[in-house]
Order: sequence, then C-alpha cells, then structure tokens
Amino acid sequence: MPEARVIPLRPDDDPPPPRPAAPSWDDQVAGGLEFLRRRVTGEYDTDEFGFDPDLTDHVLLPMLRPWFERWFRVETQGLENVPDTGGALVVANHSGTIPVDALMTTVALHDEHPASRRLRLLGADLVFQVPFVGALARKLGTTLACNEDAERLLSEGELVGVFPEGFKGVGKPFSERYTLQRFGRGGFVSAALRTGAPIVPCAIVGAEEIYPMIGNARTAARLLGLPYFPITPTFPLLGPAGLVPLPSKWFIAFGEPIETASYGPAAADDPMVVFNLTDQVRETIQHSLYRLLLQRRSVFS
Amino acid sequence: MPPAVVLVTGVSRWLGGALAAELAADPAIDRVIGVDTVPPAPDVLRHLGRTEFVRADIRSPLIAKVIESASVDTVVHMNISATPAAAGGRVSMKELNVIGTMQLLAACQRSPAVQRLVLKSTSAVYGASPRDPAVFTEAMQARRVPAGGFAQDSLDIEGYVRSFARRRPDVGVAVLRFTNLIGPRIDSLLSGFLRMPVVPTALGYDARVQLLHEDDAVAVLRQATVGDHTGTVNVGASGTVLLSQAIRRLGRVALPVPQSAMGGVRKLARRVRLVDGSVEWSPEQMRLLNFGRVVDTRVLREEFGYTPRYTTAEALADYADTVAPVVRPEFVGDVTGAARSVVGAVAGGLNAVHAVVGGRHRPAPPVPGLRAVRDA
Repeated sequence: MPEARVIPLRPDDDPPPPRPAAPSWDDQVAGGLEFLRRRVTGEYDTDEFGFDPDLTDHVLLPMLRPWFERWFRVETQGLENVPDTGGALVVANHSGTIPVDALMTTVALHDEHPASRRLRLLGADLVFQVPFVGALARKLGTTLACNEDAERLLSEGELVGVFPEGFKGVGKPFSERYTLQRFGRGGFVSAALRTGAPIVPCAIVGAEEIYPMIGNARTAARLLGLPYFPITPTFPLLGPAGLVPLPSKWFIAFGEPIETASYGPAAADDPMVVFNLTDQVRETIQHSLYRLLLQRRSVFS
Repeated sequence: MPPAVVLVTGVSRWLGGALAAELAADPAIDRVIGVDTVPPAPDVLRHLGRTEFVRADIRSPLIAKVIESASVDTVVHMNISATPAAAGGRVSMKELNVIGTMQLLAACQRSPAVQRLVLKSTSAVYGASPRDPAVFTEAMQARRVPAGGFAQDSLDIEGYVRSFARRRPDVGVAVLRFTNLIGPRIDSLLSGFLRMPVVPTALGYDARVQLLHEDDAVAVLRQATVGDHTGTVNVGASGTVLLSQAIRRLGRVALPVPQSAMGGVRKLARRVRLVDGSVEWSPEQMRLLNFGRVVDTRVLREEFGYTPRYTTAEALADYADTVAPVVRPEFVGDVTGAARSVVGAVAGGLNAVHAVVGGRHRPAPPVPGLRAVRDA
C-alpha cells in the first residue's frame, strides 16, 4: 500500500501559516490593564539616566512602529555588523529637520536586530531644556551628549547612538541633502577610544526628504531660542497638517565596525589619532550614503 | 586609631542626635560632645546616652573654648541648615551656615589637638540643570554654579574647608556629599514634600531622584568619624527612581503645574496648611525637581569602604510604611483585577455567541471524497 501523502488540491486557498504572536483581544486588554496597574502604582524600574524600559516597550516603541513599518517602510542592512552584546558606538548621519532618524534607528535595532538591542541615544542639551520632550527623551533612553555619559554607557556594555553632525546636519537646507557636515570635535571618537568600544558607521537614506527644508526663518528661530526655524513646502503654510512627514522610502545600513581597542585608552588624548578616526568614520558613512542612493529607485518607493 | 573626644555640631537634629548616640555607644571613644543652639528634643535626648550637651552657637567664641578645654580631636560638622524656615529666614540661615563654619574652622585651626574634621556636605553643590551629565563623580563640578540658597552656602563651606585643609595639612579632612535623605524618622526636605497628599510637580519635567536611607547616613557618618578616609565622597544609595514614580509608589497624587503657576500653588498650599514650613520651594529646589541629580558612588563603595544597605527603591519603600497612601495599591489592583474579570467574562460571552452564530456561517467541511484522494 502506498504511503499516505498530502496532495495540495487548491494551493491558492491554503491557509497562511499561523502567525506566531497574535494574542486575542482580551489578552491584549488584560496586558494593557496590567500595564496601567504598574504605571499607577509605580512598580517598574528606571535607570540612572532616566530610561524607562516599561514605557518604551509598551507605549513609545508601539507608537513608532507604524511609522517604521508602513509610513517610511524602513529597510535595514548590515545588522550583523552590530555586536550582539557589549558596548558599541553607532555613528550615523543626521537629517530631516526633526530628528526622526534617531527614533527609527532605535526601532530598527530593537525590532530587527537578533539580540533586540536597545539604542541609547545622545542628545543635545536643547532636547533636555524643552518640557515634555526632554522628559520623554530620557524615558526613551536618551541622555546628554557629553563624554561622561557616553563613556559611562559604553563601559556598562550599552549600544550608544550618536549623530556627530548635530544641528548642522538635522537643520541643513534641502539643497545640501546627503552631504555630511562637520563631525563636531570628535568627542565621540575619544569616548570610544577610552572605553575600547567599536564604532559602527551607520548611513540613513530617506530621512532627508521627510521635511524638505527650503528656508530658515532666522528671526523666528532667534525669538524661540532654537538653532533654526524650518520652512518646508507644507510648513508653516498648511499649519499642523504641514507637520506630517512626507512618506519617503528609508534605508538604514550599518557598516563594518571600526575597532578602537588596539589604540589603547591613552590614544584618546592624541588629537591626530582622534582626527584620523573621525575622518575615517565620516568617509565610510558618506560612501555608504552614495551607495544607498544609487540603489534607491525613487524617493518614495 | 579611634578618636578620643568627638565634637558633633547640630546635635539637636535627628541626624546629629543619631550619630552622637551611635558614637556614645562605642566604648573606644572617651567623650562625645554635642553642640547646638537649641536643646535636643526629649526623644532625641533619651537616645543620646553619655553624650555631653553644650548649648552654644558655633558663631560665638565659646566654641573655641570648648574645643580647647576638652582637647577635642575629631570634629563632625553637620550644623548646616538647608531651609530658611528652620533657621529663621534666609539671612540668618546664611549667617549660621557660612559664618558658623568659619568660626568653627578658626577654632579648629587654633587647637593643636584636632586631628580630624568630617563635613556633612550635600550633592546640591553639583547644581541641577539640563546641561548636566547624568551622573556626577567627585571630580566634576557644577556646570551652572548654583546661585543663592543652600547649594551656594554648601559650595562656600566646602571652599572654607578646603582652605582649612591647606593650612592644617596634619588634619585629615573628609567631605561627605549626601544625596537626599529619607526614612521613617528623619525630617528631610524631600520627606516633607512627599508627605503632602497631592504633590505639585513641574509640568513637562520628571526628575531622577537618588535617595539615601537615614540608617545608611548615620553609618557613613560614623565610619567617617572613626575611620581615616580623607577626601571627598559622594554618599547615595544605588539605583534611582523618577519623581513621578516615587510619588506613585508612595500612593500620592501628582499635580503637574506649569512653571509659572508654581508660586501661586505654593502660597495656596501654605494658606490652607497643606504643608508645614519645612517644605522648601526655592528655585534651586525646583530645578532639582525638574532635572534631578544622580551621583556616582564608586568611591564610597570601593575606597571609603561602605555599601549602603538600602537601595533607593528600598529606602523609599521603608519611608512609605510611615505615610498612609492616598491611592492604595490594593485598590488599584482590585480595580484592574475587576476590569480584567469583566473583560474575561465579555470575551467568554463573545466566544460563546461566536460559537453559536458562527456555527451556521462556518464553511462547509471538506467533502469526504477529497480526503479519499489524499489517502490514495
């Protein structure tokens, strides 16, 4: 007797493979209630930087995820270049008028990296001066961009994200898109050298087009104490509707890590080593930007 | 070598009294002399044991006589007032803090017997601003020098102590920078603030708070007095909580108030006697409650050699036992539990309805004939 085997009769109608994690709605509500109970009674942990993993996992990341998956359709490359454990410094280009690229990189490393790594961002002091934004940024794991904090996080084995271009990158006019600005004073390199953490260059393509900045209202910026006040084709012309970012197609590519441990911690005080490494990181990111731009078919697809 | 004669200033307050009691219980110490401007409260007095109390103002020359005649060899200076209300106004607070310290140090410098000086300072010297690194080590300085108030006094006092240490290099000087103290017995800045049923907080800000349990504070002061560690040490528990989290854990209700309305809320709270005078609302305190401050305690644990028994969360929990919560955690648990059972019941009901209604619309079972093909 021949062995029984399954012959697909109508392959088109085959049920899709069961999704691994699709909790029923009542489980979701129960989880939400448990979350609420924890929040009201304060039974969650935060660290010395103000990072609140409970809030990040249950509120902030779920809020960012639709933007990551549907709106910008982010494609990540080279995630194997980010180590699974231990400290590393992710250095990326900064763009987009509002630092959405930092948030999307956080989602990318948490959702798509096999080790679900948390990216601890370094932000400018302006971020922490602004009410709500500063408090929320700390809860998401951001801390002040200074050597003390960067070295502390790296030596604790955290993955630290830094955008050395700062406001020069995020607030540059649309005409200068994808050209890297000056990389600060190389503080990030000395932090990596002191802790021996590898530097992972990261290129982000797509963020430049979300709010094309065609003008800068300097007077308004000065009045509000901001480094720039963006004028885009839709903002402030359309009011709050102008705050909706354009749905550009994004690529986030992590390059091969540049190791720093062999230089030794003393190299952090050698300006020539710091300058050379800074240039090397900058060149690597600029080249991967050009490569990704060639790969991209159009801005929105 | 343990000290023979210890002088403790500010002995009438809880922390000073607790330290004096601890030292008096140590038979290796010959005499413990407590100094303060007001006599200690009866319950403090009961624990003081063989401590001799001298009612003296450290601003007066009397203190020099006490140090000279008793041949004091160890001075613990903790008579630094953090609140203008307790000291009778900002002017007298500053006078007590700064001039008092200068007098005390002048007396110490004169007396050849003095071998050791312990200063109870504060981590407020680091200030609190959005430009601060997350964690301060002893080597760091305030990015924005705190202007006025307690922090400014403490910075001045530390400056005087440093110059004293230069003039008397034979004296071992330990400067202890304490974080906010909390516990069931101590009356600190933060404990008064958190005792209010509704705690006003700055809208849009959430500070990181590092605490130290009162028992750990006494133990550190004792070890600094009898030990020989010199230099500056940050003293704080491990771990931090956010201010909002602390308020929730204590079962209080946070009332976020815009920065500009803070002054009005303060006046209102005073008028309806919601708060007593010890609750401090100086701009410096508000900055602390906006941005928070955390200190690194590696030196305390590794060089000074003391690991606090309570973490920040445990110290807060110990304090929580003494305040009746406004929002009881059991109540929150009951509410969410009830909501969960309602959800469970609704889900169960819906599933049952689904089974009945959906049964009719379910697609027809596969035709038996097809299975025969599969088996073939």
